[in-house]
Amino acid sequence: MSMFRSYLKAQAFHEGRAQPSATVRHVHLSHAPLVFVPLRMAGEAAAPLGAMVGCDRAAPTLLVVPQPRNRELRFAFATELAAVVLPYIERFAGETETVEAKTPYERCLDAPQILVPNPRGVAFSRLLGRSTRFRRTSGPYAVPPSVPAFGQWLTFLAERAEHAGSSMFLAMTDVLAAHWVTGQSGVEDGTLAALLAWIAPPAGSTGHEAAAESEDPTRTPPAGPDTDPEFDRKVLQPAIDAYDASGSPERVEEALRRHLQPTWDLMWRAVDLLRGLPEAAGVSGRWERDRTALAREVARLGENPTPQGRWDSPVAAARRLAALEIAQQTYEAARAFDDPLAMAEYRVEGAAFAGEVVAVEADRRIVPPGGKRAVPRPLVTVRTGDPVRLAPGTRVFSPARRTQRKAEIVSVAGDTVTIQINDGMGQGREPAPGSVPSLGEVVCYTDLDPGGGRTPPLPALSDTPWTHGGPPEPYVPTDEDAQESWS
Amino acid sequence: MSRLDALRGPTPPLDHNARSIAALAANPACDRRAVLDAVGVDKNLMAVHLGYSAQFGQSPFAVVRTRQFEEIVRAGGGAGLLPLLREALGLSIDTARWESADESADEGGGESAEEGAGEAHAVRHTRTEALVARAAGDPGTAVVLDRLLLRLDVAGHEVHLEPGVLVFQAGERFHVVTIKPFAVVDGQAETGRVSAAAREAAVYVHAMRALLVRMGLAPDRVSHDVVLVCPENFSNVPTASLLDVRRELSVLAWQLARLTRIDRILDGLPSGLSLDLRIEAGVPTRPAADLDEAVSGIAARYAPECLSACEMAYFCRAEARSGGALDALGRAVRDDLGGVETVGAAIGLATGTRTATAGEQGVAERLRHIRKIYQETVAQETVA
Repeated sequence: MSMFRSYLKAQAFHEGRAQPSATVRHVHLSHAPLVFVPLRMAGEAAAPLGAMVGCDRAAPTLLVVPQPRNRELRFAFATELAAVVLPYIERFAGETETVEAKTPYERCLDAPQILVPNPRGVAFSRLLGRSTRFRRTSGPYAVPPSVPAFGQWLTFLAERAEHAGSSMFLAMTDVLAAHWVTGQSGVEDGTLAALLAWIAPPAGSTGHEAAAESEDPTRTPPAGPDTDPEFDRKVLQPAIDAYDASGSPERVEEALRRHLQPTWDLMWRAVDLLRGLPEAAGVSGRWERDRTALAREVARLGENPTPQGRWDSPVAAARRLAALEIAQQTYEAARAFDDPLAMAEYRVEGAAFAGEVVAVEADRRIVPPGGKRAVPRPLVTVRTGDPVRLAPGTRVFSPARRTQRKAEIVSVAGDTVTIQINDGMGQGREPAPGSVPSLGEVVCYTDLDPGGGRTPPLPALSDTPWTHGGPPEPYVPTDEDAQESWS
Repeated sequence: MSRLDALRGPTPPLDHNARSIAALAANPACDRRAVLDAVGVDKNLMAVHLGYSAQFGQSPFAVVRTRQFEEIVRAGGGAGLLPLLREALGLSIDTARWESADESADEGGGESAEEGAGEAHAVRHTRTEALVARAAGDPGTAVVLDRLLLRLDVAGHEVHLEPGVLVFQAGERFHVVTIKPFAVVDGQAETGRVSAAAREAAVYVHAMRALLVRMGLAPDRVSHDVVLVCPENFSNVPTASLLDVRRELSVLAWQLARLTRIDRILDGLPSGLSLDLRIEAGVPTRPAADLDEAVSGIAARYAPECLSACEMAYFCRAEARSGGALDALGRAVRDDLGGVETVGAAIGLATGTRTATAGEQGVAERLRHIRKIYQETVAQETVA
């Protein structure tokens, strides 16, 4: 954590209310997101117990597995869940546009957005995808075609969720914690109810009081995928026993509805809160990348509808890692560029500074090293109260002039910083109007680069060197994978 | 140790287990936990009696699953376990003897709290020593040791460890084998659960090594590679993998060495202090306010990590919060605001209503700067 966030935590505790740490919303928010609150059987890796799912807050679909140890019932659950989720995804997968570029590419017009309560919900979905994508539609343990298709989509979405800035599959607690800082620790922030209690406590109560109330598992059951142990003992176990005796799932349904409904409501409250924030400038660009990723997956499924293998090949893994790193860096930089509160965090750490321009040498011209002609190289001096930790020679960027990519720090002396502008001033003898900050203007510079990040040169899959096992064999579905036990 | 008995009252003491030692070692500065554990108080009962229902229960489903999986692994005298050990450790043995240090409790459970726990412990521990000595003296024969009772010195106080693990010897090496019910899917398991398993296993490795030292054997005969047996993918089929616990071991050894000796903590406590719950027919009868005062008299060191490691955590959290302690907000916050103890002090330094002491100058300056730019930014955005 940074000192900035630590201060906000203290301030939130002091005021009894969460402090905004963002002025804009940094995630895309769909008009009709699909909210998914899954539950799993305690002690099992991926045995679904039930879920509330749907796009309409007033009419969630409740799915239950009345006897979670029964494999048949689990696949029945997967089939029912697929019947809700697949049509939702396929609605977006079908509509694409061709984007004109050096190499034109396909992009979906819109993309699905699935919201789960917390990161464990994402992890559980990934396992659910893993346990369903290899199933076959014929032979032993046959399942309907929707089950493996659903598994492949879940796998794809869970993989996308690891990319910073992607909004197709989001954990609500992460999203909220990126926009508000509460007066409780990160451990408690992992609980959706406690987090919301701090951000939007009921009228008349403080975050302290509301969060304390939200910790009572009988009033606010855990947001899943794990259930409350007391609930398991006192409510669920008898309900499952009743199902075993009578064959009627009614009691299990009722128990899980009560367990899920509060979290379902909280999810939609969180959606409302996020809607209240204006969208950040970079969101639409990042959503375009999600739409492109979706179109690529549609194309992959069209060419070769085999499930994703269990492991990445070395080259694919290296590519993926590089892509994740770039996504992380550019997302962090874009956040700071789009949002002065996010930038403030970097200003405190000395990786950015803001202040008033106190001197400008706009007509300065020098002959650059190795050059022949004098070219404009204006100097701008900024007075700042920020503790600058950027060394002379560092390339810096400014949210106000995003096309200038080569400005550099010349000197730092006391509370003044002098910058030389090297590009983005037009073709003329004089810098184009507005391209050089003017006297008295308040500017902000940082070494964060939202346009940065280049994939390292990696060989094609077919050129994987022998040190890394040579060209990988493509994944071929096996009987063993298809019939893997799920107990 | 009569002081400990006096603090506890007539209730029989609870034993340590690897989890409690790992938790204690994770927070060595917490006198409250050190005392309560040394005394052997039922912390769960105590927390509930004080009005803080610790969210520590285990789901009956998880309990069943854990037991089932243990049974599968142990089935047939370890017949299924041997091939797993062979593969994980790269051995070429065909058979292994299975020996238990607790002959009385071969049928499940094995809780010996009821009848003369002290005596049973002594018997089991003697037998443990004998089994380990025999195995060490005959390194050619592979052997699995079950239900050993280990002893460990914690803060100058001898505790018994009832391992839920097996110890396997082949060649000259002992390996701790730990059976956990969480799944390993495509070679990966939940990080949090693996590290918890590693921390616990390290306690057993540490205790086993201490035993070998007492017996005049080389401690490094106990391997730092622990065998972790888990269900594979979504099945009940066990799979074994090696877990290197060297890091956990060195952390544990260092933390155990840092633990204040329990007698020194006890010396600092008011005389006449009692932690007795006055249990009558299984129900605590001591007035909660009275108990609260007694427990509050022992200094705690709360951190949010306690919430998943200590039954008393909610009690200590309430205490930390009511005093506005920065500990309640997390260790990172405390570290960032180094030297400042409370929220009130931090806000006071930021607003300038509190004069910074010599040690607080640096933090105060940064806090004032943060407050200034935060307020400026929020104000600008509201105008815009």
